[in-house]
Amino acid sequence: MKNNLKPYWPIGTVYGALLNFKREWDLRAPQMPEAPYKGAPKAPVLFIKTANTFTASGNNIVIPSNVAEVDVGANLAWIFGANASVVACVLVNDVSIPHESYYRPPVKFKCVDGFLGVGAQAKSVAEVQADVVVLTVKVNGQSVQSVNYADTVRASQKLLADISEFMTFQEGDLLLLGSDCLPDGKRPRAKMGDMVEISAPGFESLVNQFVGAAA
Amino acid sequence: MKHARIAWAGAVHEAVESNRELLLTRSPWAGKRLKFDEVVWLPPLAPVPQARTILALGLNYADHAKELAFKAPEEPLVFVKGEAALIGHKALTRRPQGVTHMHYECELAVVIGRTARHVKKENAYDYVGGYTVANDYAIRDYLENWYRPNFRVKNRDTCTPIGPWLVDAKDIHEAFGGPMNLSLQTTVNGKVTQSGHTRDMIFDVPTLIEYFSAFMTLQPGDLILTGTPDGVVNCEVGDVIVTSIEGVGDLINTLGE
Repeated sequence: MKNNLKPYWPIGTVYGALLNFKREWDLRAPQMPEAPYKGAPKAPVLFIKTANTFTASGNNIVIPSNVAEVDVGANLAWIFGANASVVACVLVNDVSIPHESYYRPPVKFKCVDGFLGVGAQAKSVAEVQADVVVLTVKVNGQSVQSVNYADTVRASQKLLADISEFMTFQEGDLLLLGSDCLPDGKRPRAKMGDMVEISAPGFESLVNQFVGAAA
Repeated sequence: MKHARIAWAGAVHEAVESNRELLLTRSPWAGKRLKFDEVVWLPPLAPVPQARTILALGLNYADHAKELAFKAPEEPLVFVKGEAALIGHKALTRRPQGVTHMHYECELAVVIGRTARHVKKENAYDYVGGYTVANDYAIRDYLENWYRPNFRVKNRDTCTPIGPWLVDAKDIHEAFGGPMNLSLQTTVNGKVTQSGHTRDMIFDVPTLIEYFSAFMTLQPGDLILTGTPDGVVNCEVGDVIVTSIEGVGDLINTLGE
């Protein structure tokens, strides 16, 4: 369903939460006590998607010439208003160059130009119960993943409370509530030419085609 | 020219340094002179239309890497911060109760001047608008080995004072031959605790601009905090920390509770 409103576009800082789905947490739990991690994470593990990554729904995302495919990170994101209140939700695709290690900050994997697909439609938080949202990821029309926010490590309000202990969300900021992995621990992949669609009931779908870098 | 953003008389103003005073540059107060202690100092950065990218380097001085028992990195160790961490000169940074090791980090901050994409080292200085001083506090109690340095250590409200001045790149290049020839110093309550020199960076400013702009387009107003040398010590509530960089400025900060 199309609406005629101006498409949503982030103006603030976009934060994301890593390891917020039980499946990925459980798969990684055996390695958590080992080097280099030496223990399970205590505080939420966060990253930032810088402004150069923002790509509107309907636009292409360029896969850098040195990688064959990229991870698709389907997320429901919260949008903050004044006084760190959550005012709206939007679908985003946190694209990453696949990386196994979570030891060092993932800037070169996650802050690549174009690597955040942003849904055109922000829905009022009153219309969305974040902890029961189910996202569907399709690649070239084929369903490849279902992401159920009932399966998180920290439910949305708990995640917000634990982050707010040390930082305050500003008006316009986003928080990605987490992306799940597949049973093998990996995320769905996109390669050159693939059309990736992230949808959820009541939301306009987020669609981006992945293309190669111009020669 | 040294530029500042200040709050005074109920509004925010642009100013420049003139004979050890602030000279306001915009209507209706253009030409008005103010003493340094008459104003509230804000981060010396013009507002940008969407979130500013703030990149910060870890372990970018060989001596500091050694101090923290790391071998020098083979590529830049970089993390990102949000704008809410930034506060101005002479401000108060909050030290949480019960922490045991909170330390300053005196860093040369590069302010991007024009859109930078696929920039080569030899042209990198063309993309620098200016330089300022950042004090990138860390609270080591909260270090975890997940996307380290993690946000609880490095992205705390008020924990990145910046300023007082944005110094035009041209001035630093003319007076010092560039940003890689500046001494750095930190004092705590008047006692020197950290001293170093930008020539000891592992990855210099042109290398960093080439590295980042190869995969991420930088916009005017984006920041690169270039790391800190050896000599970080724990500071307590009430301590006055002055992070200084030759030719760029002396950034004063006090820890509060």
